[in-house]
Amino acid sequence: MSVLVFLEHHGRELSKGSLGVLAKAAAMSGGEAGAVLVGRAALATLASDAGKFGAAKVYLVEDDSLDPPLPQPRVDAMEEVVRAGGYDTVLFSNSVLAADVAAGLAARLDAGLNWDLVDILERDGQLVGKRLALQDSVLVDVGWRSPHRLALFRPGSFDVAATGGEPRIEAVTVAFREHSRSATVVSQQLKESGGPSIEDAEVIVAGGIGLGAAENFSFAEELAGLLGGAVGATRAAVYKGWYPHSAQIGQTGTTVSPRLYIALGISGAVQHKVGMQNAKVIIAINKDPGAPIFEFSDLSVVGDVHTIVPRLIELVRQRKGC
Amino acid sequence: LDRSGPGELNAVDTNAIEEALRLQEADAGVEVVAVSVGPEEAVESLRTALALGADRAVIVSDPAAAGSDLVATGKLLAKILEREAADLVLFGQQTSDGGGALLWAAVADVLRLPCVSQATRLTLGEQTVQVARETELGDEVIEARLPAVVAVSDAINEPRYTSLKGRMGAKKKPLEVLSLPALGLDATEAGEQGSKTAVLGLGPPPARANSVTVEDDGNAAQVICEFLVEHQLV
Repeated sequence: MSVLVFLEHHGRELSKGSLGVLAKAAAMSGGEAGAVLVGRAALATLASDAGKFGAAKVYLVEDDSLDPPLPQPRVDAMEEVVRAGGYDTVLFSNSVLAADVAAGLAARLDAGLNWDLVDILERDGQLVGKRLALQDSVLVDVGWRSPHRLALFRPGSFDVAATGGEPRIEAVTVAFREHSRSATVVSQQLKESGGPSIEDAEVIVAGGIGLGAAENFSFAEELAGLLGGAVGATRAAVYKGWYPHSAQIGQTGTTVSPRLYIALGISGAVQHKVGMQNAKVIIAINKDPGAPIFEFSDLSVVGDVHTIVPRLIELVRQRKGC
Repeated sequence: LDRSGPGELNAVDTNAIEEALRLQEADAGVEVVAVSVGPEEAVESLRTALALGADRAVIVSDPAAAGSDLVATGKLLAKILEREAADLVLFGQQTSDGGGALLWAAVADVLRLPCVSQATRLTLGEQTVQVARETELGDEVIEARLPAVVAVSDAINEPRYTSLKGRMGAKKKPLEVLSLPALGLDATEAGEQGSKTAVLGLGPPPARANSVTVEDDGNAAQVICEFLVEHQLV
């Protein structure tokens, strides 16, 4: 099996999701995973990072048309590498961009694309994808019936592993299709970020309606600050104007996959669940013992956030000696 | 225009239709055509699109197309769209489309048209369409040359409801039901035969192992702190 990974990067950093997929690709391919890095220029440092996280070979595609985050030039680039490098399996970590690239590439290669996967494995010589469906009540085994097999994973499906070394690097030139250059970015306003973004944060402290008031988000901020994390919010809390929309986690917000997720006064409606259930460890505090969030938490605490959280902040601070 | 559920329009598809109708209201020369691929029930959902204000509808409804995956459905839709030669193809899209339906990107690749997803605002120019969109990274405005494919998010507008007058009028509007041969396709190119993915089996979802519940007796903060230490999270 020859496995190729589409690497997404934001500025100077490879996305955590693509690094997780890269670790999986390295394991699947016996340490021979390929990775594609695209952008305007100066990708060498990122290529070296990709090697450290499991890419044996990195294909660099540098072109002005790859500067804006548009999918179609990336489909051209991926097709070129897949065909020239003879790859049969192509893995993506889901994002707005990666999903559009994967679907375009599937059409281009006339290949099967399975999405929303949480795992992939080989069974009796056959590749099997694991997909959570019907609001995560069912785990579906899916397969491919094409020479090229494309898979799109939920972010956080795999742990990042710094197991590699210096990668072999190949610069690739791509002949872009005309339609791929027919869309251009007119303006772009990047999200402001202080501290880690919620997509990449290792720790997220999130608040819901149970926090009771906008000012109580200061507890979440303080705890997140101590743990080196970011603050998230439910749709309901954002709707009430307690916290900005950029922090919204769930179906109509961001999907996150931190190492630790602390849910303060969050009931755990399915719309929220789909955005955070891939967290490695979930701690929930809620005064309603019947709150759905307790069904998928590692530590469920039935109690009042207003008394527990200030005390917890104090204990964590003591522990950290600050 | 879109994909559909049984009898009713998919909620996000009503956003796509709404946007098309608004373009028509701004320019009477615009014709709105609702397009779908699906079983017989989907024909009814196209009636809803007509009742909302679409001028006519086209659907590929053929038993041989049942079970088509992304690429197979994309090819079918592309065939109809090729025939329609629309200036703008709109799809409906969940803001966070975990459910997939990444059809727009597949269709755009087959048709070799520019494609923009997650649209929250759409402005039609003479030769171009400007699309504002929200992604994980921030806000962007993208301009694409027409003809183009755009997937609109549910944040783009507030869809209207059908009126009695609209529902009555819909009965007289053209609704074309096509089979695969009518599009020059044979059965091996659609349905399960034409699909490149397959469902192999179903099972229960993984459960979280060793989950612990405590009731606060004044000690909960201590318990959480110890849990964090034990899991090396502080």
